[in-house]
Amino acid sequence: MTVQTELVNVAPSKLSVGEVSKRFRSKSGVVQALDRVSLDIAEGEFICLVGPSGCGKSTLLNIIAGLDTADEGSVLCDGTPVTGPGRERMVMFQEHALFPWLDVLSNVLFGLKLKPGLTRSERIDVARFYLKLVGLEKFQRSNIHELSGGMKQRVALARALAPNPRVLLMDEPFAALDALTREQLYGDIQRIWQERKKTIVFVTHNVREAVCLGDRVVLFSPHPGRIREDFKIDLPRPRDINSVDLAQHSAHITKALKNLLNTREDEVAE
Amino acid sequence: MKRFIYATAFFAVLIVTWEMLVRARVWSPIVLPSPSMVGEYLIAAVADGSLFEASVVTLKRLVLGYLFGIALGLPIGLITARFQVCKDTIGMLALGLQTLPSVCWVPLALLWFGQTESAMFFVVVMGTLWSVVIATETGVRTIPPIYARAARTMGSRGIHTWIHVMLPASLPFVVSGMKQGWAFAWRSLMAAEIYVTILTGFGLGHLLHYGRELHAMEQVTGVMLIIVMIGLLADKVMFSPWERFLHRRWGTQGK
Repeated sequence: MTVQTELVNVAPSKLSVGEVSKRFRSKSGVVQALDRVSLDIAEGEFICLVGPSGCGKSTLLNIIAGLDTADEGSVLCDGTPVTGPGRERMVMFQEHALFPWLDVLSNVLFGLKLKPGLTRSERIDVARFYLKLVGLEKFQRSNIHELSGGMKQRVALARALAPNPRVLLMDEPFAALDALTREQLYGDIQRIWQERKKTIVFVTHNVREAVCLGDRVVLFSPHPGRIREDFKIDLPRPRDINSVDLAQHSAHITKALKNLLNTREDEVAE
Repeated sequence: MKRFIYATAFFAVLIVTWEMLVRARVWSPIVLPSPSMVGEYLIAAVADGSLFEASVVTLKRLVLGYLFGIALGLPIGLITARFQVCKDTIGMLALGLQTLPSVCWVPLALLWFGQTESAMFFVVVMGTLWSVVIATETGVRTIPPIYARAARTMGSRGIHTWIHVMLPASLPFVVSGMKQGWAFAWRSLMAAEIYVTILTGFGLGHLLHYGRELHAMEQVTGVMLIIVMIGLLADKVMFSPWERFLHRRWGTQGK
């Protein structure tokens, strides 16, 4: 295998979530995190899962990642059931989860070293390619603590992209960043998604962020976690989070989200 | 450079004051000899080779026992961190034995191994082992779970995760545990060497002990000085580079 073939875009995956349920036992009893959730995600689709905390959107992401198992139902990735984590489905977490004992380049190399078929120098070339893609080629030898929050998430993105996965799973990756840094990353992630052709599942509680990034925005409701609505966003790309069109779309979805929360409170009141 | 000058000046003043106090007969040189007397002893002991021989014997015991203690302590620490049942059993044992000064093992060690190197080896291992076990266990338990999760998504499993994630992630704790283990081992070995005669070799502790028997306080003080030097050297050579690396990578304090 050469660097060139390694860097070729792989075909993105089709994901199929079928009737997935997941319960957690807590002190206050059993919490139904997911209740028979079904969702189909097309090849190369950018899908955003939105909902208030406790609606199970992160749980679903972890199940797709293979880090968690469903109590019932199954997740198919290109028709094959997901039984554990796999290199074709890489995850980006809210906390960057970079390893402080390694420098930037070695962090990106971590996953590559576990991928067979590449020599040492080829791996380094691949890692440099992805660091360049996220605009951090000058920081390969930096320590993690020397980077800003936004730079850390860029390294985490490079690390997730490096094994050339078919699916990218992102769990509120920008939630801890300041607004300006976030806006830059919205631009970057859209560009990279178009260049590298991945299926992206993006979890967020920020409706505007979801509308800015997603082809589809899927609305979850909590207790029990269920899918309530599925919005198609066909705004042209690249999208600017500050555009009026985008604001209108997100206002529409925010309204739906509020309705959903209100009806739930009514149910509780009854 | 400035710091070096300060340090040198401080020790120069200390030694000169000491020398002058002895010469002024503030106390008898039999009680505490002057630096020049200690210096004379050291020169003579270096010349006849006795000091070098004793240092080699002692350091060999220390290094062998210490390395073995680490090699044994790291895996035990990892196992206690991994399995709750091991934490409740081996972990408790380690905690108890860590509070026991390992020189307390000397009577049993002599009975089991006789006046041999094995007895010394055993005492040094007991000094090192438990500190390393406890530090490794604490280190692994304080690792944010997200590291292991992230590693799993990248295809890391089992042994690979332990070697490439858990061990380096717990390094700050492990290094401080190794440092503590070193200190315990060094103290225990000195106590043991002063306490009993080991027939297979005379270490620094014995040299110090004979100084006492002969009322040669310049020998006692000279050997004490060498023991201090070895301790300082070990710190600078073995631990400082690690600590500098940790501070640089983790971004904790330190220059």
